[in-house]
Amino acid sequence: MDLSFSAEDLEFQHEVRTFLVENLPADVKDRSDRGLHITREHMILWQKKLAAKGWIAPNWPEEHGGPGWSLTKKFIYNSEYALSGAPGVSPFGVSMVGPVIYTFGSDEQKAKYLPDILNTDALWCQGYSEPGSGSDLASLKTRAVRDGDDYVINGQKIWTSWAHLADMMFCLVRTNTEVKNQEGISFVLIPMDSPGITVRPIIGIDLEHSLNEVFFDDVRVPIANRVGEEDKGWTYAKFLLGNERNLVARVARSKYQLTRLIEIAGKEVAYGGRLLDDPDFKRKIAKLEVDLMALEYSELRYLSQDMAGRKLTAEPSMLKIKGAEIAQTLKGLLVEALGVYGTPYETDEETGARNDGPIGPDHAHGNQADNLYQRAATIYGGSNEVQRNIVAKMMLGL
Amino acid sequence: MDFELSSEQTLLKDSVDRFVQDNYDLTARRVLVASDLGYSKDHWALFAEMGWLGLPFSEESGGYGGSNVDVSVMMESFGEGLVVEPYMATVLLAGRLIDVAGNADQKAAIIPAIIEGKMKLAFGYSEPTSRFDLFDVTTTASASGKGYVINGHKALVYHAASADKIIVTARTSGDQRDKDGISLFVIDANTKGLSLKTYRTLDGQRASEVVLEGVEVGPDALLGKEGEAFDVVDKIIDLAITAASAEAVGAMRKVNEITIDYVKTRQQFGAPIGSNQVIKHRLADMLIEEEQSKAMADMAAMRADIGGDDRVQTASATKARIGEAAKFVGEQGIQLHGGIGMTDEYPIGHYYKRLQTIDKLFGNVDYHLKRFSDAR
Repeated sequence: MDLSFSAEDLEFQHEVRTFLVENLPADVKDRSDRGLHITREHMILWQKKLAAKGWIAPNWPEEHGGPGWSLTKKFIYNSEYALSGAPGVSPFGVSMVGPVIYTFGSDEQKAKYLPDILNTDALWCQGYSEPGSGSDLASLKTRAVRDGDDYVINGQKIWTSWAHLADMMFCLVRTNTEVKNQEGISFVLIPMDSPGITVRPIIGIDLEHSLNEVFFDDVRVPIANRVGEEDKGWTYAKFLLGNERNLVARVARSKYQLTRLIEIAGKEVAYGGRLLDDPDFKRKIAKLEVDLMALEYSELRYLSQDMAGRKLTAEPSMLKIKGAEIAQTLKGLLVEALGVYGTPYETDEETGARNDGPIGPDHAHGNQADNLYQRAATIYGGSNEVQRNIVAKMMLGL
Repeated sequence: MDFELSSEQTLLKDSVDRFVQDNYDLTARRVLVASDLGYSKDHWALFAEMGWLGLPFSEESGGYGGSNVDVSVMMESFGEGLVVEPYMATVLLAGRLIDVAGNADQKAAIIPAIIEGKMKLAFGYSEPTSRFDLFDVTTTASASGKGYVINGHKALVYHAASADKIIVTARTSGDQRDKDGISLFVIDANTKGLSLKTYRTLDGQRASEVVLEGVEVGPDALLGKEGEAFDVVDKIIDLAITAASAEAVGAMRKVNEITIDYVKTRQQFGAPIGSNQVIKHRLADMLIEEEQSKAMADMAAMRADIGGDDRVQTASATKARIGEAAKFVGEQGIQLHGGIGMTDEYPIGHYYKRLQTIDKLFGNVDYHLKRFSDAR
């Protein structure tokens, strides 16, 4: 067991820090600081800078465009990335579909999609949930029927984040109704401009448009767009979920927002002094910070275990449960810190901004929006209740 | 950066695990706890033979120069077995104080004797009114002739009754809560004026109230520089927190193992109670708490080995996080057992009690959250 950094590691740390400081645009950082959604333009601008540097996909194998870093370097990179305040890289391409394509895709698919994912030349969305298939995802009904060289797809997806901005969707469809639920699903890549696709917005409790319904009405997709074997899509979907583990703990983001919380609590006045000096609030921050430290080192411990070749089972589920809970506690405290200014909530239809007025102190802008949005953290990607079922089954034999 | 055990550490873990397996079933432990001494002389001799008593001491002092990770590996296994031998008192507290602060004569007289299993020590650092503050010292040591006269009362001194020497903090100058002016003294247990009121602790260990009335010691009893002991004590206690945290992780692991086995076999309404989702989720949360604690304990040991300037924050964060986890795991371990969990006969309550004493050892959750916060 060893946590020490070599001279080379320290040099790398310096390189990462310098690059991020010099390249992160102020307006991109500002939206991210406030917990506001990144704009499409900002996302493309920022991710292209990372891609040009070769750092967009730290977890990808070198042969597919990853940087080939050690666990220590990944840790350093993630820590520095968090400290810089940069918005997280959109997960749908780099963290989700990319690894599925380079692991199970055909050579043509790899050549066609991987460069676009790395360069953010295509934005992706995830077609998983359906109105009748949430936690019980394998019961999904969106149907794909073969017709010549195409699948003809009919059905509906829901809760599809950023479908309205996406160029491509990776989608689970039913290709076989004669077998058990899990055995009749295929994993297909669908261009969002295909005729027959309708995207309808769902306005969230944050009064934002991030979620969508996506309808498929005789949408034709080439069979060549299927990843891996027909009816084996559930395997790839599970691989994708397992592969998400670098992401589910949200440690880097929470660390950054914790420093923001401390900053805000240092500015807010309470009981005639700084809120940060109030023993009750101080204790809440300390507890959160300690919980986050435990989460951070849990994640590292599992990554270390994985690299040592001892296979993980439901460890990512444990990270997801704690990571989401901690993120929500943190957002709750960011709002709590504002006192009465946690309440105003004006939206601007044109810019999609919240409290852009600003109402109250400048640092109040964004906190409540982020808090509302992140109520989803314990729901999406398999609700925390489902994750506990997985832990009980896989790790406890219950 | 990695969390894997080296081959030497794996060997160490295997041998401690084997010791626990061979010697520490609940019945055997019950006999030890009921004995006058409260632990086993034979086990202590075995510890010496295995080299465990010299593990953390520097090579210059005759020890094996083991790392904090090595110590944690051992303590985690001790935690699984609810081991009662005074390893913490003799080796990790008093022994380390001698190793770090002692002069050549003191080291030569004490460390080899500890390693051989011939000498046991205890460390009195808390007082009836100090709560968890190590600098809150009312015991005084006044210069007298070439030596000192010590007066005061040390609270909850683990294993003082079986110690050959007792180390205490005493004030050589300053006020009750000054960090300056605290000194360490090594006192022979049979020195005139030193008296013990010995009792059992809730987890079956032995501790004493140590009262010092006009205890006269020579100049050679002073350990380290006069008036400058606080930093040394603070550091050694932080290392001991790292070790105690690993011990708590071992105990939590065992609570979870025992409870999982129980809910799989206990039948109610015609099915194992573990088939209820509410039980599954509770146990999932218990496992998560154990795992978060394990990561903290490993991190703390590794950081202690690096020896950076984050020592106070690391130790306090770890103690606070593990204290929270231990409370939840220990309490729910009893809860999921129902009635049988309430009995002295069944192991779960013994783990619960051990976890509770660890929380009170060196400062509880509230204390360490505050210390963590104040160190920012």
